[in-house]
Amino acid sequence: MSATADGVPFEPAATGGRRRGVLRGVLTTPSGLLGAGLTTTLTLVAVFAPALAPYDPFAIDGPVLRPPSAAHPLGTDALGRDMLSGVLYGTRTSLFVAGTVGVLVLLIGSLVGAVSGYTGRWTDDVLMRLTEAFQVLPRFFLAIVVIAFFGPGIDRLVLVLGFTSWPMLARVVRGEVLSLKQREFVAAAQAHGASSVRVVVREILPNALPAAIALLGLILAQVILIEASLGFLGLGDPNAMSWGYLANEAQRFLRVAWWLPLFPGLAILLAVLGLNLLGDALTDILGGRR
Amino acid sequence: MSWRYVARRIAQLVPTVAAILLASFLLIHLAPGDPVLALAGEHGDAEYYAFMRDKFGLDEPLHQQVLTYAGNVLTADFGISYVQGRPVLDVVLERLPATMLLTGAALVLSTLTGLLAGVFTATRRSRWPDLTVSGVLLTLYAAPVFWLGQLAILGLALGAGWFPVQGMSTAGSDATGLARLLDVAHHLALPAIVLASQEIAAVGRLTRVGLRDELDSDHVRMARAKGLAEATVVVKYGLRRALSPVVTIIGGRIGHLVAGAVIVEVVFGWPGLGRLLVISMQNRDVPIVLGIFLLVAIAVVIANVLTDLCYAWLDPRVRYR
Repeated sequence: MSATADGVPFEPAATGGRRRGVLRGVLTTPSGLLGAGLTTTLTLVAVFAPALAPYDPFAIDGPVLRPPSAAHPLGTDALGRDMLSGVLYGTRTSLFVAGTVGVLVLLIGSLVGAVSGYTGRWTDDVLMRLTEAFQVLPRFFLAIVVIAFFGPGIDRLVLVLGFTSWPMLARVVRGEVLSLKQREFVAAAQAHGASSVRVVVREILPNALPAAIALLGLILAQVILIEASLGFLGLGDPNAMSWGYLANEAQRFLRVAWWLPLFPGLAILLAVLGLNLLGDALTDILGGRR
Repeated sequence: MSWRYVARRIAQLVPTVAAILLASFLLIHLAPGDPVLALAGEHGDAEYYAFMRDKFGLDEPLHQQVLTYAGNVLTADFGISYVQGRPVLDVVLERLPATMLLTGAALVLSTLTGLLAGVFTATRRSRWPDLTVSGVLLTLYAAPVFWLGQLAILGLALGAGWFPVQGMSTAGSDATGLARLLDVAHHLALPAIVLASQEIAAVGRLTRVGLRDELDSDHVRMARAKGLAEATVVVKYGLRRALSPVVTIIGGRIGHLVAGAVIVEVVFGWPGLGRLLVISMQNRDVPIVLGIFLLVAIAVVIANVLTDLCYAWLDPRVRYR
């Protein structure tokens, strides 16, 4: 756990030029390009799923358990539902969960990391102990307990994953803040009489964010895997089509229908791979280390 | 190793375990309806509910309840499962060996294979072998474990017929001794490989990065200059130092592996804690679900502390941080 090194400082310049530099850096490495491409494509698929899907994912509109064909490019399931539509709509669920968890993680992680790094001393000690405590909580099992108590649903899944996935991000933000607060431009703002809150929010956080966002890609990749795993165990939201739900259905027909397990898993693989590659590429460019 | 470090690290267990207890306690009380329903599930008769209410002191004031709850959990007493008609601990302990076998096999397998893959990619001079193995590792790292399991069943069990599809031993077999051992090993192979895959990728990537840095360092160049064989240089001078990050993450890996085991057990019908957990979810047998969560959570926390202690023992610099 102590392996998460404090961030390496980089030049503070929240200017458009630097941002374009980061973007170009990502797009010129093959793995960064692939990661960005996959993530963008999946986001577009999630947004335009209703337009792209040939059928309603829950509607029974074809022969039962048919392999891929022209009418059903990814085949049909045991109820005669179109797999392609299921996979396309599943993108929505996965990316919605990942996106909302991402917002929560960014908010909590930045807050804890910034307060911890900027104030230091005993606040830092207490917050870091708290972060460690949260870091070893087994998220997957905790999510199952929450579902046992409250029933399945996307809202509680987002809450439990959001409230347990922030520790790594808080550590990275804290590391960045620790090095940034020694810099001249922060001292200058303090000398101008800016309040602590203003210094952190206006001067420090914007410069700490790139490293946090690079890590966020890797965190959200894990969130997608957990969401899919819960769906596979039959613990997903019954009202939302999801990749995990499709994989769960597939398990019973492994002997007769190879296309049922193949495509939802492939979609998860592409989503997770995309986020991992993008996160890695961003980390490399920003010179941070994990 | 200084006793002060050991004591401090063990003392850090307290807030973590307290957080686990408090989180689960809060959830029980936040759950809709009577807390006894959250604790005991919906199936049950009045006598059973009265027993569980008394067991967890649900009629006591809240601060007293926390203590009763903590006392119960810390003595591994999770009450009785109504569905199973037995103490939760008995049911869980019965399933524990199968999960430990699966998780332990995957831990050993992923450590060895991950190190090999890391050394292979870090020491290749030409691009393609490195790129291929790195690509495989990246894919394994991103692949959901149930998908790998389903593909393994399709390809290697149903397709090639090399491995059994389900279970821990051949049904109806009364083999004993070595024959039984081989039978279980044959059933274990595929689930263990599937479970290990993501961790192979994690260990492989970590070893690769560490070894690359290490092989560029002065003391390795010195060893090469002395004319030592390349294998000796890599293993004795490079790998030894590159190993420490791999050791640091063992605790976290055990956490991942246990979560992964739940899924692998469902895919392969392996009769361990994971299948028990899923069946208990279907039966709304909450005491078992809660018991497994608490047991796993506390075990993972302890594994993390043990890992840190091992690490500090191996690398004295850590103790002074």
